[in-house]
Amino acid sequence: MPEAVGVSMKEQPSQGYQLRVVQEVLLALLAKEASHGYQLRARLQLALGPLAEALNQGQVYVTLTRLEKAGLVSSERVGQADRPDRKVYELTAAGRTRVTEWLEDTSWPKPAPAEFHLKLVAAAAAGLADPVRLVDMQRHALLAGLAAAQRAALAEPAGSLAGLLLEGVVLRQQADLRWLEACARFWNATKGR
Amino acid sequence: MMHANESLSHVGPVLRTRGLEKEYGKGAGLVRALDAVELEVASGETVAVMGPSGCGKSTLLHLLGGLERPSGGEVWLAGRRIDQLSEKALARLRRHAIGFVFQAFHLMDELTAAENVELPALLAARSPRAARRRAAELLERVGLSDRARHLPSALSGGERQRVAIARALSNQPLVVLADEPTGNLDSTATLDVLRLLDSLRAAGQTLLIVTHDARIAATADRLISMRDGAFVEETRLTRGTTGQLGELAGLEG
Repeated sequence: MPEAVGVSMKEQPSQGYQLRVVQEVLLALLAKEASHGYQLRARLQLALGPLAEALNQGQVYVTLTRLEKAGLVSSERVGQADRPDRKVYELTAAGRTRVTEWLEDTSWPKPAPAEFHLKLVAAAAAGLADPVRLVDMQRHALLAGLAAAQRAALAEPAGSLAGLLLEGVVLRQQADLRWLEACARFWNATKGR
Repeated sequence: MMHANESLSHVGPVLRTRGLEKEYGKGAGLVRALDAVELEVASGETVAVMGPSGCGKSTLLHLLGGLERPSGGEVWLAGRRIDQLSEKALARLRRHAIGFVFQAFHLMDELTAAENVELPALLAARSPRAARRRAAELLERVGLSDRARHLPSALSGGERQRVAIARALSNQPLVVLADEPTGNLDSTATLDVLRLLDSLRAAGQTLLIVTHDARIAATADRLISMRDGAFVEETRLTRGTTGQLGELAGLEG
């Protein structure tokens, strides 16, 4: 994962669930259309379900402000008749480049499911990339890792201690790959809709 | 007839397709199972083809093995175009130059393990003695010497598939084509077949494996994903580095 451009998530307050990739996800959602903070938050809630409850309440707004400082988004105040003005955010050219890099990055994220899931959701929403293709790319990256671990495991004699550890690595990667298959099925099925 | 020395003199890919197409049905019911597939498999290479059910991967294997004919395009085996051969020539080619391994094993139930493995050599007009010797050698290679006289019904699924692999190797095929070789096996038997396929790869046998199983695919040198009858992603699998392995095992650099 490339380091964030001028935006560090480390200094975020630690209350609530910290979504490491929230900036990338917000950028990707903005690639589809300019939106205000409330709409973006609603989209995240839809994609994350119960996990969104734990999401830091202010994180979407804080992150949007940081992204604007970094030049990845720009904002415009839009007046509303009976309520205070609201800010509508739009992606800049730099922001668009950043989103594309993130979508194409196949290094497997540490907290695997949430980041990859949101990447697919965002890719589909923005129409920037075919989620099924992203799954294929990610699957090949994971299979390369599985191949390395499995070859090391096969080279161990039966009953070796190291073989037991390598078996653990292999099994975890298989679990990740099975979930990717479920992702491929889901996003393939949504294509025709 | 294709002789072993003919294959040795051939330079270039063992298997090659050009614009391979396969269609089933007609009019509104027309299904394009394969669409302009370009494939090259080098000598000694193991290629795994993955993809969801109905993506065309089994159709591809059938066309490569001369079990079905393409609607368009070409199939070349060791420098020889095979998609236009007569039925008789194709049958001979399948017996001599291609080893098949299927999900459902396809062993002859009334023959022992050894007799099943002898069969291809006998069909290729080898002497019974040579066929017996070859079968004994292959059963030892797949670790089933002590099961030689058993009928398939007395063998476990994994053992049956290992017999089927031994049979596929009988005539020293140019290429082994395997269709979901672990599709009917539990995880222990899968591991046995996996080790066997990996030893074939190490011994330089050219292999093309169609599979759902990530572990089987991960034994390959090259991985191809298929979707809707076409190749969509291709990766060369390397042995990896200890650094990558450490990261996968949770050792931070």
